[in-house]
Amino acid sequence: MGATGIGAAIPRKEDHRFITGKGRYVDDINRPGQAYAYFLRSPHAHAKINRIDTSAAQNAPGVVEVYTGDDIAADKVGGLICGWLIHSKDGSPMNAGPHPALAQGKVRYVGDHVAVVIADTLAQARDAAEKIEVDYEVLPAVIDLANAQSGAQIHDVAPNNVVYDWHLGDKAATDKAFASAKHVTKLQLVNNRLVPNPMEPRAAVGEYEEGTDSLVLYTTSQNPHVARLVLSAFIGLAPEHKFRVIAPDVGGGFGSKIFIYAEETICVWAARKIRRPVKWNCDRTEAFLCDAHGRDHVTHAELATDAEGKITGLRVSTKANLGAYLSTFASSVPTYLYVPLLSGQYNIPAIYGEVMALYTNTAPVDAYRGAGRPEATFVIERIVEMAARELNMDPAEFRRKNFVTQFPHQTPVIMCYDTGDYDASLKKAQEIHDIAGFASRKAKSESQGKLRGLGYSAYIEACGIAPSAAVGSLGAGVGLWESAEVRVNPIGTVEILTGSHSHGQGHETTFAQLVSDRLGIPIDNVSIVHGDTDKVQMGMGTYGSRSGAVGMSAIFKALDKIEVKAKKVAAHVLEASEGDIEFKDGKFAVKGTDKNADWGTIALQAYIAHKFNGQELEPGLKESAFWDPTNFTFPAGVHICELEVDPATGSTTIEKWTAVDDFGNLINPMIVEGQVHGGIAQGVGQALLEGAIYNEDGQLITASFMDYCMPRAHDVPSYQVGMTTTPCPSNPLGIKGCGEAGAIASPPAVINALTNALGHENLQMPATPERVWKAAQGARLRMAAE
Amino acid sequence: MPTVTMNVNGRQRSADIDPRTLLVQFLRENLRLTGTHVGCDTSQCGACVVHIDGEAVKACTTLALSCEGSNVLTIEGLANGNELHPMQEAFREHHGLQCGFCTPGMIMTAVDLVRRKGNNLDEKTIREELEGNLCRCTGYHNIVKAIAAGARNMSSMPQSKAAE
Ligand code: FES
Ligand code: FES
Repeated sequence: MGATGIGAAIPRKEDHRFITGKGRYVDDINRPGQAYAYFLRSPHAHAKINRIDTSAAQNAPGVVEVYTGDDIAADKVGGLICGWLIHSKDGSPMNAGPHPALAQGKVRYVGDHVAVVIADTLAQARDAAEKIEVDYEVLPAVIDLANAQSGAQIHDVAPNNVVYDWHLGDKAATDKAFASAKHVTKLQLVNNRLVPNPMEPRAAVGEYEEGTDSLVLYTTSQNPHVARLVLSAFIGLAPEHKFRVIAPDVGGGFGSKIFIYAEETICVWAARKIRRPVKWNCDRTEAFLCDAHGRDHVTHAELATDAEGKITGLRVSTKANLGAYLSTFASSVPTYLYVPLLSGQYNIPAIYGEVMALYTNTAPVDAYRGAGRPEATFVIERIVEMAARELNMDPAEFRRKNFVTQFPHQTPVIMCYDTGDYDASLKKAQEIHDIAGFASRKAKSESQGKLRGLGYSAYIEACGIAPSAAVGSLGAGVGLWESAEVRVNPIGTVEILTGSHSHGQGHETTFAQLVSDRLGIPIDNVSIVHGDTDKVQMGMGTYGSRSGAVGMSAIFKALDKIEVKAKKVAAHVLEASEGDIEFKDGKFAVKGTDKNADWGTIALQAYIAHKFNGQELEPGLKESAFWDPTNFTFPAGVHICELEVDPATGSTTIEKWTAVDDFGNLINPMIVEGQVHGGIAQGVGQALLEGAIYNEDGQLITASFMDYCMPRAHDVPSYQVGMTTTPCPSNPLGIKGCGEAGAIASPPAVINALTNALGHENLQMPATPERVWKAAQGARLRMAAE
Repeated sequence: MPTVTMNVNGRQRSADIDPRTLLVQFLRENLRLTGTHVGCDTSQCGACVVHIDGEAVKACTTLALSCEGSNVLTIEGLANGNELHPMQEAFREHHGLQCGFCTPGMIMTAVDLVRRKGNNLDEKTIREELEGNLCRCTGYHNIVKAIAAGARNMSSMPQSKAAE
């Protein structure tokens, strides 16, 4: 099965439908008799609602119903939840304010949901929404993170707008390390606020089946089972056995489609009320306003080093903006997904991190590709680079000197790194990049009046976000295992039901490769079923680069059970004892004989059940498994960015990008490289182009692709991608995960290269031409003087 | 409501429509050709690109009524029966797509690019010509490779088909 099995870079099975326009996304789904929802959103960042008059809208043409917060309160629709409980330093639980799906008495950000109009057509719903009169009493808005604690209080439960004041690590030991340090490097940085912007905007179709009193929701979700669980158990729309959630083809997520939002909640709730399907499709401006944003940290960090250039301590203090409400996993991102990663690839004996999470009158902030780990990597990789420069050491050598080299390695901040070879990735990246040639490339740039810089980023991340018991002890409200079911049909074709969800990752191909490899059957005889709670019993979905390491491990475990059962059937068919049956390359053989049967024969015999006693051995061939990992996985690698700055214009051109990653074993290297490419582009976007900006009144002034600068094809280079491999010991496939690495590694590589080119460290993201031009003026004068 | 008639993917199609109906709405909602996507509301992303009388156009900023009598080609009409267009084949071969949402627009843009700039496209040209198309998944690396390969392979197509 080498040609299509594990390790083969084969084209994707799912592509045919996408390249022929036959994908089936939520907005492609239309249900008979459907009505359309349009949300009236708050134009104010912070205001009391004194009165809402919907009567004119109710009577507008085509309008079926208009609902406000009063209606959902009357129906006892529960609020949206945050599923990770964080405790402050003093032991008190975080201050979680109510998060109703339609505003109740107050709006807290521009775009907050005030009312919904449901009409026969979208145009009618939109027109009618203009007729709703809302009497707002505008309150002062809290926008700036620096002043959030002294601003107007946003939630009654949260004095000074503090969600929590949390910390991790040994403060005394860290302070001691600093007291005896030879050198201390200090860094003040902003991790800019981003809008995820998957190209498919969110959408939902809610439907009520009167005959069975049950609900169906089609939604753009990365985790349909989690959506059903939350909508059912917490928001209380219907019990799970009367509730089907379908996430069909989904056009990218990057975290923003993990969360359970107001819109899908309202669609499915309203469908029952009006006894008609209700469809909502987000337009791009709404996506900018209301999809959960990412990052948004202000951080002060300090790194202590000794006389030999060894790191002895790291101290980090961060303010994290969580927006106006706590989104589904918001609280975990700047805490357990952030501080535990601050050790990077380095042996740091003492680390202390504290995080003050604050409410502001901006859109909720939650996980965006990498979630916490890019923020941590930006801190550690910027400060390590600066320390090397201050100590006059080569940045690569400084890193090398401080790399963790013995595994397992217990960091002072929870994580136990299982395996890795950081120096191998660094060496390989330097070779591929032709580091030796940098000096002459730089000289050439300078001869043309350009500045050239080189920046490293040696990242580590923690993927899988499991084991369940461990995350439970840290406050997670759910377990983070994954499930799989293997259904073998009588003719030997196989259906895999998985709780993972593919929204671009290519599971239909990679999961089939695993099965094809294991069972020795053609890849076309395997189909992957996902994204439907009526088909797949339960699952935790796709985020945190977990579908390979956790999702495929569940499939692997279920395949183990299939093999055991199939061997029992084979033993009867081949009239041999079970212990003598060997299974290899799709054939069952009796050890030491030439007796054998192929996979299809045994599958058929399992269902015909003529050759064995159905009381002793159950007919059929179907097994399921849940996989709960024993540790996080730790992908790591080195990215090198080389760029050129035109000091006359401030424009930055990335000339060369090298990525060497250790993702453990790979199933499909082509798909893995594609994940790396996409991640790098998002990280380059963060470093050079992207930034969500609110003005002081809380208006999002970057609310379209005209104002928010997404990376386009000419903004990014071609990438050189290489791999090193240390198989992951905590899952049977040796997989570490690759989905987020590019976005985690790339921002510090860019800024390290830029600050290298400019000759000073004072440069924040996004490093727009204006910022770079200003920063370049010193260098320009120096060049002119030379 | 006025009636609009146009040829879409080789078939005469007509419908009574609200005059403010956009071409992309007409295709998606009246004809149920859902391969043409909507990714923005400011004509910036290119998910909606189709060909009108042989030229790439953003269907999200074109009124359906303005296409009266036109020949419209969408992603659904690009393949020759079961035989994929070389540009479609190249996107598959070179992993030029992940979630697939931008893909129809990318492919339609790429085919138009070959019509305008020929079969030998260098990386710089391709990147510049993709100015109007956003992809959030692929980082563009493999889209650029796919377009270069697709363009080369289109040179062996019969002239009439390539022109579409
Ligand atoms: S939908 Fe974005 S350009 Fe047409
Ligand atoms: S493949 Fe997802 S947006 Fe391009």
